[in-house]
Order: sequence, then structure tokens, then C-alpha cells
Amino acid sequence: MKPAAFDYVRAESVNEVLEGLSKEGGNARVLAGGQSLMAMLNMRLAKPRLLIDIMRLKELNRIEEQAGVVTIGAGVRQAALLAWPELARTQPLLARALPWVGHVQTRSRGTICGSLAHADPSAEMPLALIALGGEVHLRNARRRRRVAATEFFLGMMATARAEDELIEAVSFPARAGERCAFREVARRHGDFAIVACAAVATSKGVRFAVGGVADVPQARDWPRLDGSALDDALNGFAYELDARDDVHATARYRRDLVRIIGRDLVREVLQ
Amino acid sequence: MTRLSADGRHPVRFKLNGRPVEAEAEPRTLLSDFLRQQIGATGTHVGCEHGVCGACTVIIDGMLTRSCLTLAAQADGCEVQTVEGLAPSPDRLGILQQAFRRNHALQCGFCTAGILMSLDHYLRRHPAPSEADIRDLLSGHLCRCTGYTPIVKAALEAAAELATTTQEKSDA
Amino acid sequence: MAEAAVQSASSVDQNTAEDRPWVGRSIERVEDAALLTGRGRFIDDLGTPPGTLHAAILRSPHAHADIVSVDAEAARRAPGVAAVLTGEQVKALTSSLVVGVKAPVECWPIATERVRYVGEPVAVVVASDRARAEDAIELINVEYRPRAAVVDPLAALAADAPVLHDGFPGNLASDRSFSYGNPEQAFAEATHRFSIDIRYPRNSCTPIETYGVVATYDAAENAYDILANFQGPFSIHTVISRALKVPGNRVRLRTPPDSGGSFGVKQGVFPYIVLISAASRAVGRPVKWIEDRLEHLTASVSATNRATTLSAAITADGKILALDWDQVEDCGAHLRAPEPATLYRMHGNLTGAYDIRHVKVRNRVVVTNKTPTGLNRGFGGPQVYFALERLVQRIAIGLRLDPLDVIRRNLVPANAFPYRTATGALLDSGNYQEAIARAVEQGQLAELKARRDEARAQGRLYGIGFTAVVEPSVSNMGYITTVLTAAERRKAGPKNGAQATATVALDPVGGVAVHVASVPQGQGHRTVLSQVVADVFGLKPQDVRVNTEIDTAKDAWSIASGNYASRFAAAVAGTAKLAAERIAVRLARIAASQLNVEPADIMFAGGFVASKRNPENRIAFSRVAALCHWSPGSLPDDAGQTIRETVFWTPPELTPPDDQDRINSSLCHGFIFDFCGVEIDRTTFETRIDRYVTMHDCGTILHPGMVNGQIRGGFTQALGAALYEEYAYAADGSFLTGTFADYLLPTTTEVPEPQIIHIETPSPFTPLGAKGVGEGNCMSTPACIANAVADALGLADVTLPLVPAKLADLVRGPEPEPPTGQSKAAPTREGDRRLRGEGRASVNGAPEQVWTMLLDPQTLQAVIPGCEQVHKVSDTHFRADVTLGIGPVSGRYRADVQLFDLDPPRAVTLRGKAEGALGFGTAEGRITLEPDGKGGTQLSYSYDAAIGGKVASIGGRLLDGATRVIIGQFFAALARQAGGGAPASGISMFALLAKLASLFGGRR
Ligand SMILES: Cc1cc2nc3c(=O)[nH]c(=O)nc-3n(C[C@@H](O)[C@H](O)[C@H](O)COP(=O)(O)OP(=O)(O)OC[C@H]3O[C@@H](n4cnc5c(N)ncnc54)[C@H](O)[C@@H]3O)c2cc1C
Ligand code: FES
Ligand code: FES
Repeated sequence: MKPAAFDYVRAESVNEVLEGLSKEGGNARVLAGGQSLMAMLNMRLAKPRLLIDIMRLKELNRIEEQAGVVTIGAGVRQAALLAWPELARTQPLLARALPWVGHVQTRSRGTICGSLAHADPSAEMPLALIALGGEVHLRNARRRRRVAATEFFLGMMATARAEDELIEAVSFPARAGERCAFREVARRHGDFAIVACAAVATSKGVRFAVGGVADVPQARDWPRLDGSALDDALNGFAYELDARDDVHATARYRRDLVRIIGRDLVREVLQ
Repeated sequence: MTRLSADGRHPVRFKLNGRPVEAEAEPRTLLSDFLRQQIGATGTHVGCEHGVCGACTVIIDGMLTRSCLTLAAQADGCEVQTVEGLAPSPDRLGILQQAFRRNHALQCGFCTAGILMSLDHYLRRHPAPSEADIRDLLSGHLCRCTGYTPIVKAALEAAAELATTTQEKSDA
Repeated sequence: MAEAAVQSASSVDQNTAEDRPWVGRSIERVEDAALLTGRGRFIDDLGTPPGTLHAAILRSPHAHADIVSVDAEAARRAPGVAAVLTGEQVKALTSSLVVGVKAPVECWPIATERVRYVGEPVAVVVASDRARAEDAIELINVEYRPRAAVVDPLAALAADAPVLHDGFPGNLASDRSFSYGNPEQAFAEATHRFSIDIRYPRNSCTPIETYGVVATYDAAENAYDILANFQGPFSIHTVISRALKVPGNRVRLRTPPDSGGSFGVKQGVFPYIVLISAASRAVGRPVKWIEDRLEHLTASVSATNRATTLSAAITADGKILALDWDQVEDCGAHLRAPEPATLYRMHGNLTGAYDIRHVKVRNRVVVTNKTPTGLNRGFGGPQVYFALERLVQRIAIGLRLDPLDVIRRNLVPANAFPYRTATGALLDSGNYQEAIARAVEQGQLAELKARRDEARAQGRLYGIGFTAVVEPSVSNMGYITTVLTAAERRKAGPKNGAQATATVALDPVGGVAVHVASVPQGQGHRTVLSQVVADVFGLKPQDVRVNTEIDTAKDAWSIASGNYASRFAAAVAGTAKLAAERIAVRLARIAASQLNVEPADIMFAGGFVASKRNPENRIAFSRVAALCHWSPGSLPDDAGQTIRETVFWTPPELTPPDDQDRINSSLCHGFIFDFCGVEIDRTTFETRIDRYVTMHDCGTILHPGMVNGQIRGGFTQALGAALYEEYAYAADGSFLTGTFADYLLPTTTEVPEPQIIHIETPSPFTPLGAKGVGEGNCMSTPACIANAVADALGLADVTLPLVPAKLADLVRGPEPEPPTGQSKAAPTREGDRRLRGEGRASVNGAPEQVWTMLLDPQTLQAVIPGCEQVHKVSDTHFRADVTLGIGPVSGRYRADVQLFDLDPPRAVTLRGKAEGALGFGTAEGRITLEPDGKGGTQLSYSYDAAIGGKVASIGGRLLDGATRVIIGQFFAALARQAGGGAPASGISMFALLAKLASLFGGRR
């Protein structure tokens, strides 16, 4: 279980990263926390020609709050965000969801942006991004652009990031998720979610988002629903997610969890 | 920009438990293999090479790190701590290590190095952990022998003892 | 971290209790200081001889296939590669491994001509380092011709099942029936008959350290020097030497000082010992192989899965008169020695803790397309007790009795020991009634029942389970011959006993050294032996140095040597005591002559040999001990040497099976009584262990700390087996749990602390009165938790592992219908793991246009991403090399596609496959084209696809999803291409197939 050979660059500036990406395209991979990429390299599922290590770039290692908008650089590790004293105040949903990402020993290395780039359908950070309506900041050698959460995740492990683009940062809107709830069911503590749900109070009602079921986390915006209207909405959503069986759970089980947990969370934030 | 080429061997230097070490590695060499095979620090074990078992856990620049998910080249210039650096001297055990021995918190000892590193790192920062804290921390490690409870107990005992020793030190 | 001096508990104890024996105390372990400071010496920590090469193994992605060809030329030319060995070459250097039953069947450590399980070795690359060996592995091209696979033991017996070995017709390797007492009559006379059907799943104890072998062939002497973290039994040494075609004295097998856990599993390294030894012979250099985790999970060894039907004849008041066992044991693809031992290890104990005089047994052993099985903690016990103890609960429910009453009613009476079971075991000692009474009281069963009532009153799902289990230990090396008929046994010659060996030696300054052939994997043997021997000589454990490594060229060993069947405390430690005592008797004679007393007046205490009557009359132990080295002439004539004593001990109780097939399969029989309370979450159906009480009688306890350590460790593995762990296979033989993210071990957050209670009834058959203790909870706990879950949910049948989704599906009522107008659930995957689905797309071009595109290979190369070469075999048959990726996952594939049932321009069937390093895919699709009336085409498709190999075993979580996404994308692309009027695009089934195969669930 040893990786295939690759070149390694420890980038000393963002431009170096962009240069490398534009030259090598799909043959280059950004190495962030390595918590997903390295395992894939060890298993030889991925065989890039070049790894570009971005973790010594000070300019990417920033958490900024501006007018309530929280921007998290590509170098920010999950543990660092969790330890950021303003997190619970500014982004309570992230504060609740982050402890579910892996374990202390993986959060200490893994990054927020790396998790978004990896786009595992069961991952918590993509779910939070969808629930909160955040934006991904992309950059290549020529331009910068921002992509909204709903446009970023295209499918299982597939995103709108072009091969020559670096995710520079991700931003979460101000006061999103002031009233929020999060719940996850996994086989064991620290495992990827079988179903993860987030509910966020909105001006019109509630946004309810689900990860672990469809290929990408999905959200629905609902007015203030209750009773059988809520049950119907959840039931419809559960079916729309097109759940599947795998070794850990059945499709029916996933739909049940969406219905039951959904009801609890929506009620909790609408209270 | 220095690009380390795939087929070459490149010098890697870092501080291991406070002492400088240096050897050559290919870009693809994992830190776990580098420590064990190039440096001869075989106390760090390898149990899965995909980040789950925790046997290979070390500390790099103050961060708990799976050495199997880290390239040797990434550690260049860093401070690396491993189980070999935990004991105060070759014939003495640290408080945590003693608590492990007292509580039979190890059997085969294969998982132990990684668990000790997680606990050492954690207890320095959280002097009064609860049992739930310790269990949460150690959920990132697999042990197939002990059933975990003696490990949790050893950790709590060590925490208590460390708290009193620090107390004594500051009293003195 | 603050400092503190190394201080051992033994030195603390010493002041307080000088005269207490060391045995029975939880002293700190001598092993620990090294392990806690990173100075353990595991196999991969030890240096290798200069020039050592490293091996990597190419493994089969198919569960069952013929090997058509192996092209290893490119691999042989790769940098650093010394050799590539295929089955043919290994076959030339070795002979077949011993097969567990007499049959015209061969068993090689590497596939020859045919692969029979996913992960079976197909080629070995030997190179300068592991990474380069793995680089070369990827360059080997193997062409397979897949065969139908069978993974279910009962399905394997069906008349039309694919056959794995011609020498096992109908996949049946053994079929034996037994009858003890008069079961027919008992069943005829009984008031009730209860039956249960059990499917015990596959799982494994997966030690955290994997297998390792370093083999060196010495051409000059035609001998092998092998270092391996093998654990015994050393009967396997004979298998190895036979396979390597040299006499046993030319196979020097050594074990490293430390081993990172085994639980039986490291017995299974032996085929790799043969394989790597052959590789060393082929390259003329030492060769090292360290198994990686993916290899371990896929292909090391597992416990057997078993299909059991168990019936009981019952009186009106719940007394079990007779049992009728029908067991179908699944040993995987090869019946490797010592299998079918898992099935027969429990043969004497098929009545468990109960006094049942009539037993009928049918034992069948089948082969299936799964990894071969071998030793695993519990070894046959979990399979037997799950059936028996689930049945006991059924009986109680059926008769409206308390399950505990049914258990009590049937226990072996306390005054009946030693008790001969119907099937031949001699239960050495015990008092099951007393053990249960104490457990009920100390474990507060009454309070637990109140908790259950309270929980249920609140509408919570709460249940209580019980199990009573006899834990056999110290296996009779002859039990496996029960698989033979009495006549066959007579022909083969007797097999029985359990030789344990121990050597005690005194050095010229009076130091005591002990050596045993016990190969511990973390059980602290060195500590316990130092206690045992220190007691004999009146020394401190620190004065005794123990070595537990084995070197078969130099050490005393026998076929029973090794670490299995919980034989250490009962057999090995006792043998060390006997060896020490032999020397002590002689030392006493010597000391007696020096002290002028009778030898009977001599005692050993506090480092001295002294007169019992006048303790002041004494001489230092070291002086007496050294005398034999320095002045043998001054010893009393009849004293004999005191330098070194090796004792071989085998219990006379372990006799071969008798002519009625009664077998005392083990020497000692501990007793375990467990009960637990569990709560099932109503939302998630997760099982939470509220309280677990486990009562153990393992005879005399030598080291309480370690005994409890064994119990907790076994309990935790059993908890895993009950709730999380399964080596899951798809019906096509794909292996689905190939990483630690899919094969789920319990962690700190899942494991509660069991309440452990002890009672000690010493074994009369072992020198120290000790019995084994390491395996019991693996036998009792899965059944106990299952009983509790069945109680909580009111279920008659539960299958392990108790996956929440499975429980939910059993309990929940019909699902709410989807809102009107919304389609029902997506096509679900069938049990055969083939993925089926359908869809449609609108295309602008007319059907004729689309048809041309579908059949035009010319444009393929240009439009399929990563397509490197298209080779047109015929108008309807194409081959291509493609490189494809999804997200970061990419791989290279050879694709092969054929078109069938052409009905231009209306319909076509595509059938094809793709194969590459990451796995393979096969698919069949029917495409129909209909004019949409607006000049365009309505394209509908249905497909049926399957993916196997590495992608399936390490990406199971995401695989189906990814497959469907890709299929959808493919047809969407087709529609786009056609719509844009572009020339024929990547509309070829092989692009699709290759893409399918390239998918991976990027889990960790
Ligand atoms: C034991 C274990 C348990 C885990 N459990 C969970 C869990 O429960 N939930 C969960 O969500 N995750 C889990 N993870 C994965 C999580 O820890 C990873 O951190 C995360 O998926 C990836 O972040 P990373 O920084 O490590 O990225 P890397 O592994 O370095 O990279 C992942 C991918 O993203 C790309 N990439 C990374 N950063 C960028 C960037 N800035 N721009 C462009 N591309 C980039 C890389 O090229 C690579 O393809 C687990 C991992 C382990 C080992
Ligand atoms: S070896 Fe690194 S986590 Fe298992
Ligand atoms: S002590 Fe053996 S794995 Fe933990």
C-alpha cells in the first residue's frame, strides 16, 4: 500500500500553486490536510504526476470576519476553525457540525476547503455550506470567481472547480444559521454520515438540508410548516433524495431518518 | 519553487524529539516509513495506512498527525515528536506511561504508541478531562486487545497525577 | 510530562506481603516498559540481512475465474524488479499444502490456473523495495475468464451450483453424521420440539499488526530460515516443510520477540511463509513481505460462517432431552489445514453447559468463493453457542418460561464433575448453579429487570438477554480426527494430546531463565511465568528472565506449541512450574547436604534455600543454583544436574476419539454466565448496551489483571461481532468490506465496561488449577446481546451483526407512500449486487442518425476522454485502452464491447467488460430508439451492471451511487452530442463500462 511515484512541490506562494495547476492540469493535485488524498494515494486510487502542498502558505491560513461574513482560507485546518473563539457566535451551525468530521487526530490536519474540494456526499462541511448558502472562492492563473454552494457540488466527488483552479477560500454569509440544528447518524462515532441533517431558520421559514443520502447534499426551503404539512414535505423530500442501499444502511432506513430527524430539527428551529 | 522529482531521493531534515535528524527520501515516502526505515525510530507503528487505526499517530509542530497520511517531505523543517521521546530518560517512564503499566492499559502494545501520543498532546492542553472527553479523543484509535477501559482509566489517573505534580511544582 | 522513577508494583507489594505467593497477584508486566517507550521488537522493527528484497502480491479481483494468461514481461523489466513469480513457478518450487480432509484436491498458496476468491494471490513481485514491487504489480496483465461464483454455504450445496474443486463434488468436502445416546427416541417421546435456523456471519479478530514474513533460502544446505509472526500451532511446521519439499529439520522457523495481537488470526500467515520462502529460493536472496491492511481484510483469514439448524426435544417443563444439530460449515475457497477444525473443536461441547444425554449431529463442510478460513478467537464456539443459546431463549418464549429458568433447569449438576458429555468431553470442574446465583446477586439482575419494566412503561425498547456457556481450552490435537470415520482413524494412526514444553535453566551466577514455546501476542506470558517460577524458587519475579520466542532449530517444541486454544495458563504455565519443581527438588537435595538437614525440611523463600524448622539455617539461592556449574563434583551423587530442565507435559485425559466418535476435544472447561440489558433507539435502531454482566469460572486465577484484560478484550471483539463487524460479500463474490472504514471495529465510544465477576473452581487436570479464559466472551457475548435485542424488539429471528438498518426493517411497519405524482424509490440493488436501472433521453437527430453514431467506432478515440487505442475486432466487437477518472480517482482499463441483437435503427444490445488495476466492470444495456415525431429521437435505455475488484471492496459506500450517476451522465452526454449535430460521440458501451469500473467511493 505505497503510493505511485509523483513529484512534490511545497508551494511558497499562491502563484506557484496556480502556475503548477495551469501547467499540469488534471495531472496535478493540491495537497491540503491529506486526510482524504493521502489515503487514496496509498491505495493507488489516485496517481497524480505532481502534488502541490499548499499548507505552508501563510496567506491561505486565515479566518476573517467582515460584516458578519466569515471567510475561511484554504490552509485553515478543521481544528483551527473549531478553536476559533468567534465560531459559535458567528457560525453556530459550523460549530455544531465540525465535531462530527472525523476525529481529533484527523481534524488537526484536515482543512475545511479540502473537505469541500473532495465533495464526499456524506461529508459534513459540504452539507453546512449548502444549508448556509455559502460561496466557494476559486482562482486560477487568470481569474478569480465565486461559486454558490448549490452550483458547486455537481455530483459524487465532482465539483464545479476546474482542473486548473485552486479553492482559495470559502465564505459563509452573515448571521446565517443563527437558529440552527444539526443531527447526524453514523455507524460509529466519527464515521461518515449515513444521514446528516441540518435545519436553519430563514426569514420565510426554514431551510432543511440533508447529506449522506443523495450524491450531493441537498436543501429545501419551506415556509413555517407543521403537522401533516411538514410530514408531507419531509416525505416528498425523502423520496426525492433517491436514497440507495449500501453495506451500512438501506435506502428505506435513510428515508426514515430524513423523515424523523427532519421533523425534530425543523420543529426545533421554528420554535 | 523547488520541485522534488519523483524518481530522485531528496534530503529530509527535521527535529525528532528535540534532536536533528536527516536522511533521504523519495517524494512518495510516507513519514511513517521514513521514521521507521530511514531513521530507525520503530516505536511508531503502522496498522492500516489509511488513517483509521491511529497506530502511526505522531505530533508535528504541535499537531496530532497520522504519519501514514503524511509525506516525509512534508515534515522537512518541522518538529516531530514520537513515542521514543515520551520517557524522561531511558530507564524511567513518564507519568502517563506509568499509569498505562499500572492499569494494564496495553496488551500487545501495537496500538499503544499512537494512543500515548494523542493522550500526551491532549493532557498537556486539557488538564482536567472528563471520561467522555478521553473517550472522544481516543475514538480515533483502534485497539484490538484491551477493550479500552483500562486505557481510559490510565488516562484519567495520569491527568489527576499530572495536575497534582504541576500543583506541587507551582507551590514550591 | 513530569518525571517519575520507574517503579514497579512488585517492589511495592513486596514490603507488604513477603510471604504471599506471586501467582494470583496483578503485578506490573515485564513486557510493558519496552512497549511503552517504543522499544518493542515486532517483526517489522527487526533488521533484515543485507540484500533483502521486498515482495508485493498481485491478487485476484474475481471471486471465481480461469486464468487465461499472465503477461508479466513489462513487470519483469521494471526498475528494481528481481523476479515475478506466477502460480506455475511457485508450483515448480513447492508442493501442495495439506488439505484438511482426504480428497483429491490441491491447495496452493497462490492461484494456479484458476482463482477462487477475491484476493487470492496471482503473482508475486520481488523488488528492491515495496513501492517498486507495487509499481511492477500494476504492469502485470492477467486475462481472466470469469466463472459463476457461489458464496452461500447452502447455495453451494445446490445441484446446479458452480463447483470450485473437482475433488469436492458438489462443493462438499466432508459429510459426517453422529448419534449419541438415543436421540430418535428422545424426540419421539418429547412433548415439544423447538427449532432454530441460524446464519452465523463471517468476521475476524483483525489484529492491529498485520502478517509479516522474512524468508531466506540457503542453497548450500537446501534449507530455509524463516522469521514470521506466526502464532502456532506448530503442527503447521510440518505443513510448511512438506510444502517446501524439505525435511522438517531444514525449516528453521523463528518468531519475533513481540507480536501485535493475533487472536488466532496469525496462524493464517503460513501459506505466505511458503510463498515468500519460494520467492526467496527463486531469487537467491532474503525476501521480506509485510502484509498491508487491505490485503489483510480481503485475504488473510477469517472465522467460518455457518448455516445451522438446531432442534431440541423438550419436556413440558422445559428440560432439554435431546439436540439435533445440522451444521453446514463454510471454509471458503480452500480447506487449509487445520480446517475443518473450527467445526470439530466444539464437538465434545455441543451440549454446552447442559446435561443433555441424546445428541444427533450432521456436520457438512463446504467450500465457497470466499477467503479460506482459519483460527479466530472463539474458534467454533461463537457459531455453536449462537445457535444453542438463541434456541434456549426460543424454548423459554415458547413455553412461557423465564429464559433463566430454562438455563437453570438444564445445567450440569454441581455434584456431577468430572462430567462426561454425551459427545465425549470430560468437563473437569465447576459449579454452574453457584456461579449463576452469585452473578444474579452481584450483578443485580432484579434491579436490571426493574429497569426494563420502567423503560418499557415509558415506551422505550429495552430487553434483557442471558447466556450460559462452557469455554473449552487446551485443545486435544486429536479432535480434528473426529472428521474421519473410526476405520479411517485406525488406518491413519492415533492423534491426541497437547504437548506443552517448558525449559528452566540456571546460569553460573544463579540467575533463572525460563523458555517456553508459547508465542504470546500480548498476553503477558513472560510476566506470569516469572511469577510461577519465582514462587517455586522463593525468588522475586524480577529474578526470573523469560524468553517466549521460538526458534524451531534450537528450542524444545512440539506440534501443540503456540498460542491458541487458551492453552497458556492451563498447560504452558503449569509445565514451567513442573520444570522449575524438578530443578527445585534437586536443589533441595544439594542444599540439604550443605545445611545438614533432610531434603524434606528444605524450603525456598526470600532468595534463600533454608531449613523449614530452623529458617536461620540457610544458604543463598544463587549459591546453590551456581554450584552445578562450578563444582559438579561436590554435589551429592544422586542429585543430578541443575543446569537446565526441559519438561514435556501432556494431560492423559486427552485421548483420541473412541470408536463411537466420542471425543474429549479439550482439557479444561471454564464456565461463563452472562446477562445484559440493552436499549434500542426508536429513531436510529442503534443498540446501546445499558449493562453487561459477565461471570467467569476459569479455575485458579494466576494474574487477575491479565485475566480481566482477556475478558474485556474478548468482550470487545464479541461486541464488534454482535453489532458491527462482518466480512461482507456480494452474491457475485465481490468483497465489500476491504478497509477499516467498512469493516467496523468498535472504538472507545462504542465499548462499555462489563461488570466482571469471578468464581474459582480449580481444574483438577492442570498443574496450577488454571483454565483458559481468553475466548469465552467471544462465545457468550454475541448470543447474549442478540437475545437481549430479540427481547427488546419481540423478534423471533435476529441475524448478526445487528446493523441498525436491518433491525429497523424488521420492526418498522409499511413505509409512507411517496406523495402522489412522485416516483417511488430508485431501483434497488438486487441481492446479486447487479445494479439495474433505466432512463430516457431526447435527442435531436433522427433514429437513423443516432444509430450510425452508436455503431461508429472511428470517432470513439477522439471523443472518449482518455481513450488511447481503439481496436476493431469486427463490426460489432471493439477493444480499447482507456484512462478514466472520477474526481481524484483514476485508473487505466482494458475494455471489450460487443453488440448483439441489432435491430437497425430501432434497438441494440451492448454487452461488455472493462478490467484494470482498480477492478472490473461488466454491463449489459439495451438501447431503443423511437422517432419523437418532431424529427428527433426518443432514446430509452435499460442497463444491468456489476462492478468488482478493488473498487468494490474499498469503495462500497459510494459505489452504487457513483455507478448510477455515471450511467445517467453518459446518456445525457449522448443526447447532448447528438443534439448538437456533432459527429458520433463517446457513445460506446465500453466507455461507459470503463467509466463504471473506474469509480471508487472515495472513503478515506
Ligand atoms: C479516519 C478518518 C475519518 C474521517 N471522517 C470524516 C467524516 O466523518 N466526515 C468528513 O467530512 N470527512 C471525514 N474524513 C475526511 C476529512 O478528514 C478530510 O479532511 C477531508 O475530506 C479533506 O480535507 P483535507 O484538507 O485533508 O484534503 P486533502 O486530503 O489534502 O485533499 C482532498 C482533495 O481535495 C483537493 N483539495 C484540497 N484542498 C484543495 C484546494 N484548496 N483547492 C483545490 N483542491 C483541493 C485535493 O487535491 C484532494 O483531491 C475522515 C478522514 C479520516 C482519515
Ligand atoms: S497506520 Fe496510520 S492510521 Fe493506521
Ligand atoms: S494493545 Fe494490542 S492493539 Fe492495543
